[in-house]
Amino acid sequence: MATYNLTINGKSKQVDVDPGTPMLWVLRDYLDLVGTKFGCGIAQCGACTIHLDGNAVRSCQLPVSAAQDAEITTIEGLSENGDHPVQEAWKEHDVPQCGYCQAGQIMTASALLKSNPNPSDEEIENAMNGNICRCGTYTRIKAAVKTASQNL
Amino acid sequence: MKTVNTKLNRRSFLKASALAGGGMMLSFSWLAGCKPTEEEMLTMPKEWFELNSYIKIGENGVVTLYSPNPEFGSNVKTSMPMILAEELDTDWKNVMVEQADFYPERFDRQFTGGSQGIRQGWTPLRTAGATARAMLVSAAAQSWNVPATEITTSAGQIEHKSSGKKAHYGEMASLAATQEIPEEVAMKDVSDFAIIGTSKKNVDAEKILTGKPMFAIDHKVPGMKYAAIVHPPAFGMRLKSFDKSSVSGMSGIMDVFPIQVFKEDYARNFFDTTTFPELLAVVGNSTWEVMQAKKQLSAEWEEAPESTFPMAGRGGGTTDITIPSGLENSGTHKSKMEEYIQKSGNVVRRDGDPESAFAKAAKVLERTYTAPFLAHNTMEPMNCFADVSGDKAVIYGPTQAPEFIMGTLSSSLGIPRENIQINLARMGGGFGRRAYSHHMVEAALISQKIQTPVKMVYTREDDMSAGVYRPTYSATYRAALDENNNLLAFHVKAGGIPETPLHANRFPAGAIDNYLAEAWEIPSNITIGAFRAPRSNFIAGAEQSFLDELAEEMGKDPIEFRLELLERAETNPVGQRNDYDPKRYAGVLELVRETSAWNNPQAGVSRGVSAYFCHNSYVAEVVDLKIVDSQPTVESVFAAVDCGIVVNPDAARNMGEGAIVDGIGNAFYGEMTFENGAPTKRNFDRYRMIRHKEAPRKIQVDFVDNNEDPTGLGEPLFPPVFAALANSLYKATGKRYYEQPFAPQLEMENLRM
Repeated sequence: MATYNLTINGKSKQVDVDPGTPMLWVLRDYLDLVGTKFGCGIAQCGACTIHLDGNAVRSCQLPVSAAQDAEITTIEGLSENGDHPVQEAWKEHDVPQCGYCQAGQIMTASALLKSNPNPSDEEIENAMNGNICRCGTYTRIKAAVKTASQNL
Repeated sequence: MKTVNTKLNRRSFLKASALAGGGMMLSFSWLAGCKPTEEEMLTMPKEWFELNSYIKIGENGVVTLYSPNPEFGSNVKTSMPMILAEELDTDWKNVMVEQADFYPERFDRQFTGGSQGIRQGWTPLRTAGATARAMLVSAAAQSWNVPATEITTSAGQIEHKSSGKKAHYGEMASLAATQEIPEEVAMKDVSDFAIIGTSKKNVDAEKILTGKPMFAIDHKVPGMKYAAIVHPPAFGMRLKSFDKSSVSGMSGIMDVFPIQVFKEDYARNFFDTTTFPELLAVVGNSTWEVMQAKKQLSAEWEEAPESTFPMAGRGGGTTDITIPSGLENSGTHKSKMEEYIQKSGNVVRRDGDPESAFAKAAKVLERTYTAPFLAHNTMEPMNCFADVSGDKAVIYGPTQAPEFIMGTLSSSLGIPRENIQINLARMGGGFGRRAYSHHMVEAALISQKIQTPVKMVYTREDDMSAGVYRPTYSATYRAALDENNNLLAFHVKAGGIPETPLHANRFPAGAIDNYLAEAWEIPSNITIGAFRAPRSNFIAGAEQSFLDELAEEMGKDPIEFRLELLERAETNPVGQRNDYDPKRYAGVLELVRETSAWNNPQAGVSRGVSAYFCHNSYVAEVVDLKIVDSQPTVESVFAAVDCGIVVNPDAARNMGEGAIVDGIGNAFYGEMTFENGAPTKRNFDRYRMIRHKEAPRKIQVDFVDNNEDPTGLGEPLFPPVFAALANSLYKATGKRYYEQPFAPQLEMENLRM
């Protein structure tokens, strides 16, 4: 066990956990930020995507020890009032079915649009390809990313 | 306007006040914030008045509707309350939705599966809405001293035109709650619907998109412990021994112990499918710690002998079910299936004299289709929260079928049903998998043992290797043609491990004079369960691929050929037991012919068509495919659907789009295989799922516009896409694809997959 100082959604947090604990479980079990989801544990599904200094990373593969001194953003902190252009676009296209993967999809999409505000279809597909949606909402996700891109 | 007798649905008129509410969550249809905003605070009434199980109204006119069925992504939590709101005649803007927990005393059929939620909820929900409206009208009549028949309602307002009296529902709610339940109530004409048929957004969208806790895996209470399970590494194996000391020094680990899912003498029900009735539980302080310990836990496993257990029959009594011993292999499965394909099966249906017709045929077309086992792979792995203390239990978990697990919970815990509360979590996918809810029993047994609240979570590997798969299937089709290519006879022989996919009375049965259907089954210890459109999800692809090839052989357009058969089934049906309506079947083919511009395809695309009837709905689909840089790419999919009245059109299209994506993914890549009883794929690194790049560029879902009562939607768009894809691949590559998944064969054609 060791103590870690983290910056999550702009707030300082301290946790006392095993150094190897992935950020996914630090967020979920210790900080009650459960919007970040567990899907596979091996960075193959994207459900656990968060932003580390603005970049989309899979939190199941990010040890807490590597997350110090970085700005972490989770779905809960993406926007103050749930009105990030990506969230708004998701609402407009009524994207979710079961909804479980959508936080991860939104975090990947918002990181993409930050670095590339006007992505092509191919760039969207490449960026989003690591995020599985078992319900198959892919066509709506792509449309929503485009809408968000227009409303940035 | 038609009237309905309310007695049929009496159970829904029990008042909830006598029952303690557990875990119920509010969802404003229009705001849906987790913490009430200022606007919501102003809107929250001071007092609620219950009109029946489904409906309560605040003094300020705000309406709460309970959504009875578990939500796994088919959006029943929005569409079922829409049906209530329609007949209540309220304004959707004033509606809040709450997920009802499992209260069989209050709600009918709290089951999500078989595409039956809307179909079977249609009349009960309309009745509940219309009854509450009638009680509000009756209260107004009493207050205003005017005849109820002169009172009208509209969007939550009550009016007596001749006296000019007006009130909103909230003003009458208190008095309405004391009115007698009317014996008969009037229901709206379809033409008067104001909510049904208009697209409403998902009532939980705001929570989903901001990461609010809404799944069982998100649940936490003070003092809660975490648990993981360890199950045998292979089907046909069981626990021999384990060494607790192998993990006892590990950080955060409390205990390791075995749990028995079933009591010895318990007669299981049809949904009591569990692969490993004995498991090891690891309990500790966090998910990560128990997952680490489970990797390190040393346990010995041994081959399980053949076992027999009692299963409760539908009409009372029990039958013994035998699970064979042995460690099975996919290679052996294949060779066994090849044997059965050569043998005769059990005749399920015979019309005319198929044997003679085949004997005198000028030409016989015979093709065999196969598909592998599939894992459901819901994005949220199996998990459950349980708090068992003394003789009381609270279970909060993802289940499609709380009724089917309640008896098991009661037996396994030794706690009477009335002391067990099952609360219904939103599910991160279901697809049939969560109709088998033994994860709830497992969590409950762990909590019972430690007398502490616990959340048990499967790893992805546990989830993928725990069985309850879609079975592996095979179907052999034969068609007898005369020298003029007229169809003389049709023969299907279909089987699988361990069940047959045959639906002997579906199309083209009824359209062909000489018809033979045979079934076979090979026993196995690999557990299976319902998987989106059970059996149809394979047999549709086989049948519709065969009809495509047969149409070509006969020199006919594939849509025209099907329409000819359906015309025959309609005008002069063969046999008595045909379980489809040929006219509605033909209707979706005609619609997709129009929407896809069948005779005028986009340049450069290869198209395939398919149609199927299941879960009371009719669907035809056209797939347009292109080979781009040596890669098969689905450009467009057109679907035409007849599921009667569409309650929530945009959400219905979303469901259809998802089913099409799911079908394309499974047709191309889906496959589970076994070596010495062990599943060879345990996570998404090896089990290939369809991803963004492989999804169709465009999906268009159109509905037949009619006023038929609504039927299934979650499943019917899934089965036909397999053949529409296969038939388009044939056009693109010149080869027919008989064996799922298609990707390995396409790679052999030097295509990139």
